[in-house]
Amino acid sequence: MRRSAIAVALLVLATVPLWVASGYYVNIISQILIWAILALALNVLVGYAGLVSLGHAGLFGIASYAVAWLVVNASGYLAATLAAIALSLAAVAIFAVLSLRATGIGFLMITLALGQILWGIAYRWIGLTGGDNGISVPARPMPLGLSLAGSTAFYYAALLVFLAAMLSMAVFVNSPFGASLKGTRDQPRRMTALGYNVWLIRFLAFLFSGFWSGIAGILYAYYNQFVSPQILALATSAEALLMVIAGGTGTLLGPIAGAALVVVMKNVASAYIERWNFVLGAIFVAIVIFMPEGLVPGSLRLGRWGWAVMRGGRLARVADEGRR
Amino acid sequence: MTALEIRGLAKSFGGLRVTADLDFAVAPGERRLIIGPNGAGKTTLFNLITGEIKPNAGTIRLFGRDITAVPCRHRPHLGLARTYQIITLFPRDSLLRNVMLSLLGLSSLRWNPFLRLDRQHALIAQARDALARVGLAALADRPLAQTSYGERRRVEIAMALAQRPKVLLLDEPFAGLSVDERADVRRLLLAIPRDITLVMIEHDMDVALDLAERISLMYFGEIIVEGSRAEVVAHPRTKEIYLGE
Repeated sequence: MRRSAIAVALLVLATVPLWVASGYYVNIISQILIWAILALALNVLVGYAGLVSLGHAGLFGIASYAVAWLVVNASGYLAATLAAIALSLAAVAIFAVLSLRATGIGFLMITLALGQILWGIAYRWIGLTGGDNGISVPARPMPLGLSLAGSTAFYYAALLVFLAAMLSMAVFVNSPFGASLKGTRDQPRRMTALGYNVWLIRFLAFLFSGFWSGIAGILYAYYNQFVSPQILALATSAEALLMVIAGGTGTLLGPIAGAALVVVMKNVASAYIERWNFVLGAIFVAIVIFMPEGLVPGSLRLGRWGWAVMRGGRLARVADEGRR
Repeated sequence: MTALEIRGLAKSFGGLRVTADLDFAVAPGERRLIIGPNGAGKTTLFNLITGEIKPNAGTIRLFGRDITAVPCRHRPHLGLARTYQIITLFPRDSLLRNVMLSLLGLSSLRWNPFLRLDRQHALIAQARDALARVGLAALADRPLAQTSYGERRRVEIAMALAQRPKVLLLDEPFAGLSVDERADVRRLLLAIPRDITLVMIEHDMDVALDLAERISLMYFGEIIVEGSRAEVVAHPRTKEIYLGE
């Protein structure tokens, strides 16, 4: 059943450009994949480590800026991409060391502050970042000679990276290390008493989360061919966090559903509804009230409940008929 | 050599002195009971031994090795395990997964992000064995949230025993249990082999006195009476402080 569902999902994703005729909508789906990678990365901390970060836009943005700057000022997309990954990992390590001095609200405030510092640098260090004008990437890369300029080609590139992210997350959360991480979320004191290095587990999880945030940032820079301080803003971090919470923390499908919801509302619904922000807010409120565990686990719960009600009704009718 | 030796241990929280110049030694294989009124510093003593809080002065030795400066997370690797007065388990997981986490704590496997935990058959078998030792084999796959208080107490003990400790600290293992559950846990503790030294805090004198060979009475952070069951029970300070006579 599970394998069939995965096969169907892969088939659907692989054939998107065939049944979505418009390049615009293929681009929207590419955006969903990019934001889903960021949401999945953030979910490693929020859902599996119990650490709520409001600074992930900073990690996303560092990689975006790094790759854009390197493509413009150095040579070669591959070198720029690898250097951007290395640079963003170094930044993630510093981020992690500073923010893991606290947990709970303290952790949230430190990540928020670090994210804002990065946004300030992007906005004010005009010589490096171009300030408000940002940095334009002249063209998309051509890995193995394949042009990613078109919406379909870029979609497949984004899909490959997304599937790699998804697979790595699935392996990670079901591994012994993933179990250790979840243990530090639920009972950090007990985990220490059982012989675990809680800080180091969280640090490594942060690196993993930051790595995929950076990959999402690099994809975004290539997709958009432009980076500006807006991608490091608090609103971006908050949106990523809302994707995770709305979709369902601590699940693999939740952040993807959350990313799809936000991107569709921003890019599609906004064309038809002037006050789309209001609608998105109302949807979030409805999710919190009716599905506090998130869209994916909440839908599964409601589905099970509906199935049980239907079966109960059928059983009652059979019992009635039997009595008659 | 002693299993556990404490010399001159002192701990204060601000102006509040919790333990003061405390000396304490437990022989290998011994069953030691620590009694004392609420606030005497018994659980704080356990927290000091496990390294969850740092002492202001004094030394703690485990089988001759000075572990005073050893971080809390390293002490289980040296053979020290504990249970908690307030049950501290992993509520979202099954009983089996709780014990597996305990086993993983001492295994280098805990750092592996590539293997599937549910395919670690040796680890799973060890966890099932540990649960069988405490009579919970049949409930291994049940979520912790669907178990009784007494079953959770036994899971705590299974987790501690799974780590094959040399010294096991039991913080009120009978707290909150029914008469039948107490009898179960008592049988369980009596079955622990002698190569594990037991130090137990307990208020239930009827059950605890039966288990212990030597008893230490703590009062305001000091051990004021120590000896065999008969000696401690007969001591006038015990009657005055603990039994209220």
